[in-house]
Amino acid sequence: MKPLIGQLVSEAPVITDGAWGSLLLGAGLAPGELGDAWNLTHPERVEAVPKAYVEAGSRIVLTNTFRSNRITLERYGLAGKLKEINEAGVRISRRAAAGRALVFGSAGPTGKLLVMGDTTPEELSSVFAEQFEALAEAGVDALVLETMADLEEAGIAVRAALATGLPVVACMVFDSGRNRDRTMMGVTPEQAAASLTETGADVIGANCGQGPSDYIPICRRLGSATELPLWIKPNAGLPELVDGRAVYKTSPGDFAVQIPSIIEAGASFVGGCCGATPEFIRAVASRI
Amino acid sequence: MADLKALHEAIINGDLKSAVAITKEALAAQADPLAIVTDHMVPAMDEVGRRFECEEYFVPELLLSARAMKGALELIRPLLAASGVEPAGKVVIGTVKGDLHDIGKNLVASMLEGGGFEVVDLGADVAPEKFAQAAKERDANIVCLSALLTVTMPSMRTTIEALKQAGVRDRVKVLIGGAPVTQQYADEIGADGYGANATAAVQLARGITGR
Repeated sequence: MKPLIGQLVSEAPVITDGAWGSLLLGAGLAPGELGDAWNLTHPERVEAVPKAYVEAGSRIVLTNTFRSNRITLERYGLAGKLKEINEAGVRISRRAAAGRALVFGSAGPTGKLLVMGDTTPEELSSVFAEQFEALAEAGVDALVLETMADLEEAGIAVRAALATGLPVVACMVFDSGRNRDRTMMGVTPEQAAASLTETGADVIGANCGQGPSDYIPICRRLGSATELPLWIKPNAGLPELVDGRAVYKTSPGDFAVQIPSIIEAGASFVGGCCGATPEFIRAVASRI
Repeated sequence: MADLKALHEAIINGDLKSAVAITKEALAAQADPLAIVTDHMVPAMDEVGRRFECEEYFVPELLLSARAMKGALELIRPLLAASGVEPAGKVVIGTVKGDLHDIGKNLVASMLEGGGFEVVDLGADVAPEKFAQAAKERDANIVCLSALLTVTMPSMRTTIEALKQAGVRDRVKVLIGGAPVTQQYADEIGADGYGANATAAVQLARGITGR
């Protein structure tokens, strides 16, 4: 186990951060606008996000770089700014953390499907390497691969992340199938944990897709297939649409009350995803 | 004579190469193009849909089967058109304005093509007027709207408005889908149907056209 992860696990449970997109939308991000671009255009609004999480009790905050890979940035005509956007993302979170929290670099999937030949393993490998090198050079403490649905893409991302020498947290999203216990591509928690462990990830996790109570069995099942520490970030339940706006009906209290069970199911790192605002993290912090 | 049972298998197994080879062989041997589709290809996609429903298959298998089906259909479609056989229906599909997610939309488009529909894919981040224009020009009978973000779902409503303004709303059925979309939302914005996944979308489309 890498020393940083070993240290954190010895202090577990470690509270991570919550939703970013929900807060940026609240700060005026337009639907369909690329939130990561705000690292350059509205750094102060971005900085307010990790700041609020650190104040709420997060010991790890992520970076606003979930979609800052070449494939996604190209769709917004921003591929030329890849390095700057990732660097700014790290700088912003580091400034907000002000030594009170660690900064883990966030990266999501590319949105291209290997199975359809939209991309190749070689392309994905170089796309991820480019983003991770930018994050590593800017000084993140670890890398977090989030919301992965395809195990092959996740594996490629893990290998590219490991090449930086940083600790790697590998998370998939289980939101499909009758029991909502598979990724969109049909991967089970057991398959994900076993495969990502073999690839060499340092922490195995799951984020997004469903609310906290659904994460208790998923966490247990991840743990049944790996000895590695687990990282869990549920949504604030599933969104309901009220007057055309997404509303998460789960309250911070409803959310936090489930967290001890997730920890009991094996999670060392707990936080939130979509809809889980700093109020949720504060409620979690007051409970554990 | 080509082994058309093998075509059925090739589609179920997502084997594009075999599906194309067998279809070529069958057409060279003067097999009836329409019979190849209705007796072998459509039942194969039905079986794929069934396996998806009962979770034997997931998205990757679905995509591969749809691709195999599409490959074979590309050989057959010109022959069908030449003999005056109409497609099951004409579909205009796209991800709504402000939303760049296209995996779900691509999947639905592939499955509809596999189901014998003619599909005009407008891509992602499609403006309401563009949907209306395409529906009009292509004489579509179905318009499919996709959104993956809760914040872009309202674009579905504005797209339906644009169809009304262009005077094509009563000529088309509007089907919507995407992770945050629900039947309730479809009812609320006056869409004609909601599909929870790609196979449900094909069933809805078939229900509309009666094919």
